[in-house]
Amino acid sequence: MQRMVFHRILIGIITLWVVSVLVFLMTNALPGDVAQIVLGQSATPESLAAYRAERGLDQPLISQYFGWLGNLLSGDLGTSKAGGASISSLISERLYNTMVMAGIVALISVPLSVGLGLLAAMFPGTWIDKTLTFGTLALISVPEFFIATFMVLIFAVNLGWLPSVARVSAEQSYYDWWRSMAMPLLVLTIVVAAQMIRMTRAGILNVMNSPYIEMAILKGVRRKRIILRHAFFNTIGPIVNVIALNLAYLVSGVVIVETIFAYPGLAKLMIDGVQTRDLPLVQATAMIFCGAYVILIILADVAAILSNPRLRNPK
Amino acid sequence: MTDATQNNADDNDLDTTIYDELPDAPPKKRLKLSWTGKIGVAVVAFWLVIVVIGPWISPFHEADIIGDDSFMGIWTSTEGEGVHILGTDYLERDIFSRIMWGARMTIGISVLATLLAYLIGVTAGIAAAVKRGWIDMVLSRVNDAILSLPTIMLGLLIVVALGSSIPILIGTAAIIYASSVFRIARAFGQEIMVMDYVESAQARGETIWWIIFREVLPNAAMPLATDFGLRLVFVVLFISSLSFLGLGIQPPAADWGSMVRQNLEGLQYGSLAPVWPALAIASFTIAINLIVDDISAKSGGDLARKMIS
Amino acid sequence: MAELFEIDNLQIQARKEDGTPIPIVKGVSFNVKAGQVVALIGESGSGKSTISLATMAYCRPGLEFPGGEVRLHGKDILTMEPQDQRSLRGNNVAYLAQSAAATFNPAITIGEQVTEAAVLHGTLTQEEADRRAIQLYHALELPDPDLLGRRYPHQVSGGQLQRLMAAMALVSGPDLLVLDEPTTALDVTTQIEVLKAFKKVIQEEGSAAIYVTHDLAVVAQVADHIVVLYSGEIQEQGPVDQIINNPQHPYTKRLMAAVKPSPKAGMGDVHDEEHDRVVPNIEVKNMTAGYGGIVNGKPVITVLRDINVKIKNSHVVGVIGESGCGKSTLARVMAGLLPAAKGEVYLDGNRLEPDLKNRSREELQKIQFVYQMADTALNPRQVIGDILGRPLEFYRGLKGQERREEVANLLRLVELPVEFETRYPSELSGGQKQRVNMARALAANPEVMLCDEVTSALDSIVSSNVIKLLKKLRAKTGVSFVFISHDLSTVGSFADEIVVLYAGRVVEQGPVDEVLAPPYHPYTRLLISSVPELRVGWLEDTMQKREMAVGIARGVEITDTGCPFYNRCPIAIEGTCNTETAPTREPSPEHFISCHRTMEEIEDIEKNPQQILHGFEVAAPGGDKAALAAKPV
Repeated sequence: MQRMVFHRILIGIITLWVVSVLVFLMTNALPGDVAQIVLGQSATPESLAAYRAERGLDQPLISQYFGWLGNLLSGDLGTSKAGGASISSLISERLYNTMVMAGIVALISVPLSVGLGLLAAMFPGTWIDKTLTFGTLALISVPEFFIATFMVLIFAVNLGWLPSVARVSAEQSYYDWWRSMAMPLLVLTIVVAAQMIRMTRAGILNVMNSPYIEMAILKGVRRKRIILRHAFFNTIGPIVNVIALNLAYLVSGVVIVETIFAYPGLAKLMIDGVQTRDLPLVQATAMIFCGAYVILIILADVAAILSNPRLRNPK
Repeated sequence: MTDATQNNADDNDLDTTIYDELPDAPPKKRLKLSWTGKIGVAVVAFWLVIVVIGPWISPFHEADIIGDDSFMGIWTSTEGEGVHILGTDYLERDIFSRIMWGARMTIGISVLATLLAYLIGVTAGIAAAVKRGWIDMVLSRVNDAILSLPTIMLGLLIVVALGSSIPILIGTAAIIYASSVFRIARAFGQEIMVMDYVESAQARGETIWWIIFREVLPNAAMPLATDFGLRLVFVVLFISSLSFLGLGIQPPAADWGSMVRQNLEGLQYGSLAPVWPALAIASFTIAINLIVDDISAKSGGDLARKMIS
Repeated sequence: MAELFEIDNLQIQARKEDGTPIPIVKGVSFNVKAGQVVALIGESGSGKSTISLATMAYCRPGLEFPGGEVRLHGKDILTMEPQDQRSLRGNNVAYLAQSAAATFNPAITIGEQVTEAAVLHGTLTQEEADRRAIQLYHALELPDPDLLGRRYPHQVSGGQLQRLMAAMALVSGPDLLVLDEPTTALDVTTQIEVLKAFKKVIQEEGSAAIYVTHDLAVVAQVADHIVVLYSGEIQEQGPVDQIINNPQHPYTKRLMAAVKPSPKAGMGDVHDEEHDRVVPNIEVKNMTAGYGGIVNGKPVITVLRDINVKIKNSHVVGVIGESGCGKSTLARVMAGLLPAAKGEVYLDGNRLEPDLKNRSREELQKIQFVYQMADTALNPRQVIGDILGRPLEFYRGLKGQERREEVANLLRLVELPVEFETRYPSELSGGQKQRVNMARALAANPEVMLCDEVTSALDSIVSSNVIKLLKKLRAKTGVSFVFISHDLSTVGSFADEIVVLYAGRVVEQGPVDEVLAPPYHPYTRLLISSVPELRVGWLEDTMQKREMAVGIARGVEITDTGCPFYNRCPIAIEGTCNTETAPTREPSPEHFISCHRTMEEIEDIEKNPQQILHGFEVAAPGGDKAALAAKPV
């Protein structure tokens, strides 16, 4: 079992490395010359060359990559090309904001969706199941921005209860903070939970086909126990996987939600970076997002391995 | 005519003619859609028709600025032009017509991108499953890496790097979603590759092409078709999201995602202008999901219903 | 006065898409008295499993009860409230399914699953149930009874799981036990141990039972009363002696005729010498094979060691052994599906490449492999005409009309109607699919057909028909067969020669009449004794034999040194058999036995069975297998 876990982590590290290559290549393909952007139209060729030499931009791509990777590994995210500020300082507050948002969403959506998914699986074909199935189906079928827009329409425009922009700062009172966070949190939770509810239900119903479930029925076991004890324990692996995938999906949701609500998070920073062609900034933020994604997926795989009784209790 | 009748006529004095070998199981039921599935088929069919004939039957051109005012309400009319069934948008264009034109953009581009994703993903996935070894290793690692980049972020990077044109949008969506198709095609391929009938073909000395096209693909077709529906939904949402962020289809061409974004401000004046294109997206994606659900999600429910509280 | 359990005019039906009913069970009536074991016998499709589930007022999804009654203590359970039905299940009526491996929940400990029903129904407290479970483990002679409950299902063997399922059914002391083909999937030696355990606990517990099976020989051992079913209707029912010794109904007679005879000399098929040649058709020399890469010249998991087998032209060689002994691996090595780690395979005297990728098309054509499960061996998306037509085209270049005619010939050869050409495999019955499977191999015009357990998944009548067909094919075509099976009587009735494999080694091989007559290898002896006979009382008589005591109580141990059968051998010599490789003896020409005992000693023991078991204590009932296995060898 340790070997499998170790193997999985190793694959994760290789994946992260491939990701770093992709991110580096892709950001380098961004149009525009950084030196030109930073120094402006009036810069002389000499000053441009000097700038490039200083930043290592005249080096071959491969040595630029290894220089970047080396710095990344030693925790040095570089300096923002646009503003000249250290990226670590730019990111830290934004990262915190995004993590707070993602953390709260995870805390709400995971128990909520596993519970509702179980509920739907427990009463298949009833109105509870049908409502949940169709409701979640509708939610995963519409774009996040539509849900967000709709929320704004109702809560900000029509009812005027909540602000339509999520400006958060340290000086805010708790009340104000929650008020401005309410809508982004709600939108993200809905988007993430809908997918998780469906997958939890499908996972349980998939297990419900097994002969051992029929055996439990034939032993006279109650519905609740069949679902919670017999089916659920065999679904933990897949469900953990679903949770991880959807928490990772938060990353995508965050991009849209932060844009719509102008929330000062990492995704917003990244999109700003894309617009100003701030290469080191985009590279660093993309690596953070992808790293989080990969780590979540590895955690899910490891959890699936650990939840398998065959692997946990070898012969 | 069965075994028992023929076999024993010659070497068995028992009268066995009436005891035919019984069939293994009742024949499999043909695919039958429930009413929700049928609604799904109807809606999808409707939009596909609009994709083809939309520009000819729409009352106005997508770029015509013909309204009296921006954000006119539903069923209002402009002198000398006609009725705006769904009102006008922020540039005084007819929303109903733009939705019909936009179907071609949103659905057309998505279908093309999904087809391309399938071409890439299935080819690579089946190749990995059949060839195994280092090909599988390399393809899987690259694929893992692409999958581990959040889709919208990857899309942003590519579109910003290469600029936003329709071929680039299609290519971007195809590459991003080809990786999920790869994963599924590879999994089905692996499952089928260990079946005895594939081994039997290998033992016969069949070429790799025969095995892929005659043994593996026909058996993977049904699950892949179901997945195609889901993937198409994701692509529609992806392209709409890019458009919403202003990086997708560029004006003045109408597409449903950017129509939502451009008309957002209308909400403040009580206009439903951004709601109609959003509903168009939702109706299409929900309809596909209804069909997919109907085909695939039956499993387990039957036994689960046998449980007594 | 009502009987314990009565089924009265029971009907069960499915529905077509348009809602018209398809009757599955058509008015079946029988009773079960207290303490009685009633056998439901019939082939697949007879409705016997459906009826067995109806005893718990349960039917599989898609089925329904349109009429009839199922009465327990005189009360109809079909019309009961769902809650009352539930409190009946696992409490008054308990069920044992065919495959214990699938029926145990992999994520829950054995103990919890065994005691679950009794505790949930409030029959016993958890402590009482645990104690009772341990008693049952003892009674069922399961190893390590006190700690067994803490293990997970994957940690015990298949035969043990099957007995654990009996414990699970019995723990709440049900009035009626329903056993659905509980030994069908097991090896003979495992089957006999499970049967013995079942019979003992049923007697001790005094519960009534319904035993569902297609195997009359098994029924004769356990049942008091037999109900013969065909197509959802009762053909005949009566006391076991009457049905076995004096069957009245033609269908029962037919079932009787399909029961396999006990393996003995002289049962084999007639060998026609007209096709004989000097060069062996296939020869395997000093072959070692296994899985997981090769380290130090040996596979990581060695399945076969130092195998030497010859298959002469137009001969049938039966390969026999328990599951896991490597018999399928042998066929896979010959076919090139699994390249051998060591040793060679020769075809008509020419050395074959180990991997089929490097073999020529002619070589591939000459050796054809027939898979066990026709379901997975036939591509579900190809019609029979294409399945059979492809090898014709591929090897023999037949096209168009020629190909179609040859497909028709093949279908006629395997006694299937020519119209099957346009059908898909899913539209055929199990036996018909198996015939197509064989026809595909024949289409290549092979010299050798490797048949891997081709009759194992089939019911007795269908299987005996397939064997008859194989005999005809052999006479018509002169093809050699390697016939792999765990069923000694099937092998004995078809083969000219038998190879007995045990734990990856050949322990005995030779002509059928020599192998199935003394002197036997002790393992061959065990196998022969384990095949159930169609005779009431056979089980008891057999279990008295002391060779069974050791052979049955212990499992296979794979060792690197000595004789692989050492730990289960009643005549093992400690210090020799466990350390030295057994010499190969040749009691008669071409008959080889690998044993440390001389043939004189073996024959002596045959005559005087009391002197067996040197250096071994017979495992006491409830003996601890784990402890025995742990004994230093």
